[in-house]
Amino acid sequence: MPPQLKTLIPLFGAFIVLFLIARHFLVPVSFGELGHYRFNSIAENKEKAMNYAGKDACADCHDDKAAQLKSDVHSGLSCETCHGPGQAHTENPETVKLNKPDQRSFCGNCHSMNASRPKFMVQIELKEHNPDKKCIECHNPHQPWQLKE
Amino acid sequence: MEPQYQHLYEMLSQVRGFIYPNEVDLQWGLLIVLYPYITGLVAGAFILASLERVFNVKVLKPTYQLALLTALAFLLVATMPLVSHLGHPFRAYEILMTPHSTSAMAIFGFVYLWYLMVVLLLEIWLDYRRDIVIWSQQTTGFKGRLYKILTLGVKDLSPRTVRWDDKIGYFITVVGIPSAFLLHGYVGFIFGSVKANPWWSTVLMPVIFLFSAMVSGIALVLFIYMVVTWFRRQKIDMAALDSIAKFLFYILILDFTLEGLDQIHRIYEAEESFEILSLLVHGPLFLTLFIFQILLGTLIPLISLGILQLYKPKELTRRIIYFSCSLLVLFGIFFMRWNVVIGGQLFSKSFYGFTDYKLRLAGSEGLLWALVWVILPFLILGFLLWLLPPWKKLEESTS
Repeated sequence: MPPQLKTLIPLFGAFIVLFLIARHFLVPVSFGELGHYRFNSIAENKEKAMNYAGKDACADCHDDKAAQLKSDVHSGLSCETCHGPGQAHTENPETVKLNKPDQRSFCGNCHSMNASRPKFMVQIELKEHNPDKKCIECHNPHQPWQLKE
Repeated sequence: MEPQYQHLYEMLSQVRGFIYPNEVDLQWGLLIVLYPYITGLVAGAFILASLERVFNVKVLKPTYQLALLTALAFLLVATMPLVSHLGHPFRAYEILMTPHSTSAMAIFGFVYLWYLMVVLLLEIWLDYRRDIVIWSQQTTGFKGRLYKILTLGVKDLSPRTVRWDDKIGYFITVVGIPSAFLLHGYVGFIFGSVKANPWWSTVLMPVIFLFSAMVSGIALVLFIYMVVTWFRRQKIDMAALDSIAKFLFYILILDFTLEGLDQIHRIYEAEESFEILSLLVHGPLFLTLFIFQILLGTLIPLISLGILQLYKPKELTRRIIYFSCSLLVLFGIFFMRWNVVIGGQLFSKSFYGFTDYKLRLAGSEGLLWALVWVILPFLILGFLLWLLPPWKKLEESTS
């Protein structure tokens, strides 16, 4: 065998062995236990604090609002879409209060005129459509088409 | 306006038409443009070197070692733009520790290691082994110690062992050619296999990347050979230079044809994405595609080098033309990568809108970092040329 190979083959062998040793120590514990991921990450993620409570949790107390929401075009929205994350509120309803957005610009996030929005989303020119009033003075956000007097 | 929407509205000012929220900010910036660029330079330089070794193009002898060392210098830096692009660069090794067979990027790690460890380092070592042994006996101090380490203990200079250097080196170069094709074809595959992106998703992508890699690598060696010779105040080997330019011309024709084929195919097929891609190339990519890549980077070098195949002006004029063409080609291929990487993210996958890319000066995705990764290979090459000077080797083999 040529002397070059006598040196190179063991050198490459050593490199592969070193790689395998490094791999042994560097692959995280529980990796590959149930798939190509770190199994312990599931438990770690479960331990993280919850922020969102979900629509059903809101309906437990605010059944009237939930019924209103269900009856009109905003039925597909979650409560927390407008009011923000509500887990803390479900745990301490008296001390933690949720946001009740009432600015025109907030409604405009979905309803200001934009040609590339889907047609089924009602769109208005914010500057022209009753510019001095808040949207909620006429529209009930839970039932947008039940106009107030 | 509530603060949580402030940022969104700032970002929306860079958007035209309809775009999905995750498309507003480009995830892959300048550093990801550099990754296929630098990898391409490596593959191209290596293929030029293999022309001399395997296909016996003797006239390229003066650039053989230079091309190999250039390939090594750039290969050592090739993954750095990727690593520095990561949010957690110190986790980069995990791609090698827990690779998944369905991850194109994970397999690239092994393709890269194969090319570095089995092809390039070995070929250079075998090519220089005899010289390293001689230099280790003649040189003292730090450099001498470095040579002693680099011999790896194989100090046998008998004609039989030296012949083995040549035989194994030849075998490795033969293996190295498909490996170089694999290395850069693979980079093209990473983009070409993104089926959701009509600007990328084409089976021609690996082939186009490969040929543009060869073009840029050959141009780089041409440029470096001229600069190094000028620095050493030596006479340029015009036969070698003419040959490199001839190969550059041929490969440039192939590259241009393939890219043209890809575009003609798109235009003729005119799939549902055609309209947005047409707006893309005539709008945000107009300057970088039509002017930088096609006019400056392809047509001008192609015509200049083409004329030189028919008519040979005096040496100085040829040298100036070759030097300018090499720089123009390097510039053009950079913008080819730019047009692929950045262009593919400028339009919405809804085909109804565009976003913008703003290059920042500082920061982890900024111009300054990118410049570091462009300059570093030249510094490494400087070190390699100091340690393993090809001209010294040439003098010895001819004396």
